[in-house]
Amino acid sequence: MFFQRGGGFMATQVKSGEIKNLTPYVSSWIGELGSQAQAWQINGAQYGVPYDLHTVGFWYRKDLFAKAGISTPPTTMPELEADVTKLKAAHIVPIAVGSKDQWPDAFYYDYFAVRECSVATLQAAVKGVSANYPCFAKAGDDLKSFMATSPFQPAFLNTPAQTGAGSSAGMVADGKAAMELQGDWDPSVFQALVPKSTWQTDTTDLGWFGFPAVPGAPGNATALLGGSDGNSCSTKAPEPACADFLQYLDSPAAQQLIVGASLLPANSAASSAVSLQADQDILRASKASSFTQEYLDLAWPTNVGTALDSAVATFFAKPTSTPPQSIVTAIDQAATQQ
Amino acid sequence: MTELKGATAAAGAPAAAAAPRTSPAAHRPRRSRRHVLELVVLLGPALLLFAAFVLLPICIAAYYGMFNWTGYGPLSDFTGLHNYKLVLEDPVFRSSLFHNLIIAVLSLVIQLPISIAIALLLNRRMRGGSFLRMAVFAPYVVSQATTAVLWLLLLQPGGFVDELMESVGLGGLVQEWLADPTIVLYTMFGVLTWQFIGFGVILLLAGLQGIPAELREAAAIDGASAWQTTRRITLPLLGPTVRIWIFLSMIGSLQVFDLVWIMTLGGPANASSTMVTYMIFFGFHSLEFGYGSAAAVLLFVISFVLAFLYQRFVLRRDTDGALTRAVG
Repeated sequence: MFFQRGGGFMATQVKSGEIKNLTPYVSSWIGELGSQAQAWQINGAQYGVPYDLHTVGFWYRKDLFAKAGISTPPTTMPELEADVTKLKAAHIVPIAVGSKDQWPDAFYYDYFAVRECSVATLQAAVKGVSANYPCFAKAGDDLKSFMATSPFQPAFLNTPAQTGAGSSAGMVADGKAAMELQGDWDPSVFQALVPKSTWQTDTTDLGWFGFPAVPGAPGNATALLGGSDGNSCSTKAPEPACADFLQYLDSPAAQQLIVGASLLPANSAASSAVSLQADQDILRASKASSFTQEYLDLAWPTNVGTALDSAVATFFAKPTSTPPQSIVTAIDQAATQQ
Repeated sequence: MTELKGATAAAGAPAAAAAPRTSPAAHRPRRSRRHVLELVVLLGPALLLFAAFVLLPICIAAYYGMFNWTGYGPLSDFTGLHNYKLVLEDPVFRSSLFHNLIIAVLSLVIQLPISIAIALLLNRRMRGGSFLRMAVFAPYVVSQATTAVLWLLLLQPGGFVDELMESVGLGGLVQEWLADPTIVLYTMFGVLTWQFIGFGVILLLAGLQGIPAELREAAAIDGASAWQTTRRITLPLLGPTVRIWIFLSMIGSLQVFDLVWIMTLGGPANASSTMVTYMIFFGFHSLEFGYGSAAAVLLFVISFVLAFLYQRFVLRRDTDGALTRAVG
């Protein structure tokens, strides 16, 4: 049994023939976990089981929003851009981003794609390993106009996401930036980077809001971007013992313990154990949304995911001279090498 | 003594004609068996290790390079030289190679003159000379990872370097050292220079120690100025050391990795990528082990060809006497 992230990363591994098809052992109960467990299937066969869920959204500091005169978090892109202007006027860095690591950049592109594409198109794009749909090109255009508002910290291209006080998470934890588009794990990163005494991340200072709606975009305005952690069994593992253990990890009792480690449970029966106010907001958003798209860099095979991250990072570095279409081209070129 | 001389001569081809016919024929087999044994015992282990840990991995990498392989499962998807073609066609690989060459050329044009100047300065007898030598050499002793972390902190926006420049009135020259794609490569070169200048200086100092003082004295007696002595006597005699330095610097420039990986991961927008960061990122991070192996083999071939050409055309005159002519 070993740690797994599902999606394209798992699909790459499954090609080895070393990962057990768990369908016969889990089919009776896997439905309880909802749609997220589907990202762990390949052609209908279950090759792993998640034990927690991840959701990407904007973490923000309520104290800095108040300082800039922002009373409620934005729900549309124009509102977010107006807030960026307000924060800049108050000499606060609006958004911190860890562009050195590349994958945080991809969150922006992924989310614009989720807003521009229909669920059916997203699923077809993941299954067919292709971004050759007009909505993916449109996502690049959206990203370009958002980048034009210069919402990020100075020299963000060399900022790591989670390493040290100078990282994007460190900037939010330290009160040097107001927002960060990151996964639900961010509060635990804040706490590791900044001593609890200076800023209590579990106080009401920390808020969360979903990626804003893009006016006129035909996709799902409340769909989320996320992923999950879990485990796969090797073909050598004894069955049903391995599958039974995975089932135990998703039982309400075990899920309560997992949530204690500041994670979101895969089994919604354990949702009541989530204590952080912002995490409750995330669970409410998940409930309200009909669909969670797995991070595209993990949903696609690994080499395509790396190409996506790299192309978006290049776009972040040179937003004016790089055509948004280059992201689609890079993805499809990597897909041909499959 | 004469007996010994005779035995040595018997082994040599020209002398063999003059020696009694039976003598060399009788001695040769025993001598050559011993000779072979010596070769096997002395060279064998080294050759074995060289084959197992250098030649074999190169051959295996070249073989992996011919497959589309994610690292999982058997090598089944044979693609021939396709991976090699893809690597060579990739504009990112080409720009990475170009970055390596820029570093190599800048090293030659900037690091070498600075190294020579400092070495000439430190070669004089002066108070605190050994302290200065140590100070110049110190950065080279620090590991590249430590250097990278150190400079990463110093070069942060509003960090030590920026503050220092502002405090001496150079605030207008402050840049986004590691975040500006047009500057980051030169920042890397600056840090590389900081680290490796000491190595060049020590090497050149050793070369300077080997130049007999009599030559300079003779030149001084002949009325040569200090500049003329340096220009006409010291620098030409320093030639072999300089050529070795260029060789080491060139190979080092082609293999730059640690520093860049820690400081920028080759970014932003691949502006500081090198051939090795390219190989790690697009080969191993992407789980494209076949493609990564092809990139590794190309890196090896490029380094090997350049090293070979340099050996053949530049270093040969220095190594000629030592390696091809019997000494003594």
